Amino acid sequence: MTTPEKQTLSLASVDGVRTVTEDLAVWPLAIRGLTVLYGSKPAVFSADVSVQPGKMTAIIGPNGAGKSTLLKAALGIIRPLAGQVTAWGHPIGAERDRIAYVPQRASVDWDFPTRVIDVVLMGQFRKLGLLGRIRGAQRSAALACLTRVGMEDFADRQIGQLSGGQQQRVFLARALAQEADLYLLDEPFAGVDAATERAIISVLQDLREQGKTIVCVHHDLATVPEYFDNVFLINTSKIAEGPVASTFTQPNLQLAYGGRLVTAQMGAAG
Amino acid sequence: MLFDALTLQLGYNATLVTVGAALLGIAAGAAGTFLFLGKRALVSDAISHATLPGVALAFMMMVALGGDGRALAGLLAGSAISALAGLLCVSALTNRTRLSEDAAIGAVLSVFFGLGIVLLTIVQSMNAGRQAGLESFLLGSTAGMLWADTLLIAGGGAVVLALTVLLRRPMALVAFDPGYAAGQGLNVRQIELAMMGLALAITVVGLKIVGLILIVALLIIPAVAARFWSERVEHVVLLAGLFGGASGFAGAAISATAPALPTGPIIVLTAFSIFVLSLLVAPRRGILAALLRHQRFQARVHVRQGLLALAQGQPIYERLTLRLMRRRGLIRADGVATEPGRAQAAVALLDERRWQILRTDPAHADAVAHYDGLTPLDTILTHDQLSAIDKSLTPEAAT
Repeated sequence: MTTPEKQTLSLASVDGVRTVTEDLAVWPLAIRGLTVLYGSKPAVFSADVSVQPGKMTAIIGPNGAGKSTLLKAALGIIRPLAGQVTAWGHPIGAERDRIAYVPQRASVDWDFPTRVIDVVLMGQFRKLGLLGRIRGAQRSAALACLTRVGMEDFADRQIGQLSGGQQQRVFLARALAQEADLYLLDEPFAGVDAATERAIISVLQDLREQGKTIVCVHHDLATVPEYFDNVFLINTSKIAEGPVASTFTQPNLQLAYGGRLVTAQMGAAG
Repeated sequence: MLFDALTLQLGYNATLVTVGAALLGIAAGAAGTFLFLGKRALVSDAISHATLPGVALAFMMMVALGGDGRALAGLLAGSAISALAGLLCVSALTNRTRLSEDAAIGAVLSVFFGLGIVLLTIVQSMNAGRQAGLESFLLGSTAGMLWADTLLIAGGGAVVLALTVLLRRPMALVAFDPGYAAGQGLNVRQIELAMMGLALAITVVGLKIVGLILIVALLIIPAVAARFWSERVEHVVLLAGLFGGASGFAGAAISATAPALPTGPIIVLTAFSIFVLSLLVAPRRGILAALLRHQRFQARVHVRQGLLALAQGQPIYERLTLRLMRRRGLIRADGVATEPGRAQAAVALLDERRWQILRTDPAHADAVAHYDGLTPLDTILTHDQLSAIDKSLTPEAAT
């Protein structure tokens, strides 16, 4: 029954091979021909992404369009069916030290026996290795990261006592603790209070000032022009990619979301 | 008698069993914590039931090769191999099919155990002699435990404990946030297999004392009990080891005091009593603490509502409110407000008015986040801030 589908899928992997000749080293994150299956349907189909250095990029698209899946597959958290992912031209595994990931807040058990400071210290586990001991230096670095997100007073709290916005800030602090160059955030603004949204965006903008690269899966179309430099529109396959001014347009959104929803959401934005 | 047992003065065998059980308990408690925290507690049940076919097959093979079918090392090796097969089955069913883990556990557990029982029955009918006692692996049997058995438990337990300490950070990270762990480049599947592998090792080492049916209790109950006492992974691991060790030690000692008391079940019951104690009296997470907290909060709400009613001249109907306010000397027996009652009521009403102003002012968003209708405002805002608010309050209060 799936003969045509099989053909297109193999094309997707051919796509991945084709792009090797291109110079990928300029992109902090370059994804070529990425296809991820969910059951028997592609959740992401043959997506090419080129994340520009020193910019804030939003990945947008309707629910179930594969935004989070794209991010997770790029990081190797879920295994793609086909495609190639490089960071600064190298396989992503070789550049893990320079990449920080902020998963969706709802993906973890917040009743886990751990304090806020311990979560931030997780950002340094990779550098510490199995045998490295957590010392004062790591602790004060973690505290500094908490200060940047305005959570220093909560260092000794159990994480279950935090509000949603506070949880999100702690996750961001953990990513900051990695001192990475590329930050990949999955829905960092979903369900947070206004104060948290301001705190997060200002931290991200500071990072951009320092030349870091930021990619957010984002759901709120109204804030896209204000927060982001670039957008990547996806609805299973790539719809468009580029600067907000030229890419975040009514026709492209229509392609990604279908007619009605866009009119409603753009109305809210205007 | 119990004192003698607890001080290891009940003879050679009892001492071996008690020391062995304590060491097993320490290792089981610590290693089991990560399975519990990662919500995979029942995987250990599948693993332990999957040991049985291996025990029986190892016996058959050793007899077939002309050896002693009951050589412990051989039986344990057999149990480890079949437990590993069971573990890989659960893992494969979960990862490669759409079956959820609980279904995979149920299937593997019952099939392996059933196969084991069939094989045991065949062993019983074999003409090899001395096969009786193989079924003691079901519930453990400490009669005739040897020095070498204790050494085996001590050695196995020490290795498991060392690996648990070494892998504590990746295991905690995977248990808490597997997505982030994978993003950090950790091989999540391998670490999960390591967690379960440690449980497997404990199961095999503990077959002699606790038996395969009850070993899951020693892996999980100490961790569950420890969770009541601490909010930090390291402390939970430490406490679970302590609770496991104490259960093993006390349980074995108690069972040594009478010939009819089975060691494994008594150890499990001892662990259970530690769990019940923790459930009841642990600070913060314990039932009593929660009850107390609830009552205190309820009292604060009632008194606050009573004060607001007083301030606005409304009648108070609720009995609990009246009783609480009487006890605090805020109203007299006939329900009329006392002098301190009237003063506090005025403050409560003032605070409510101040809150209304705060809510309309975005500059106070942080303070408003603290609003619970109970906390006195002067504990949240400074004196200056309060008087600034009161300024905007005065004209409204005058009308």
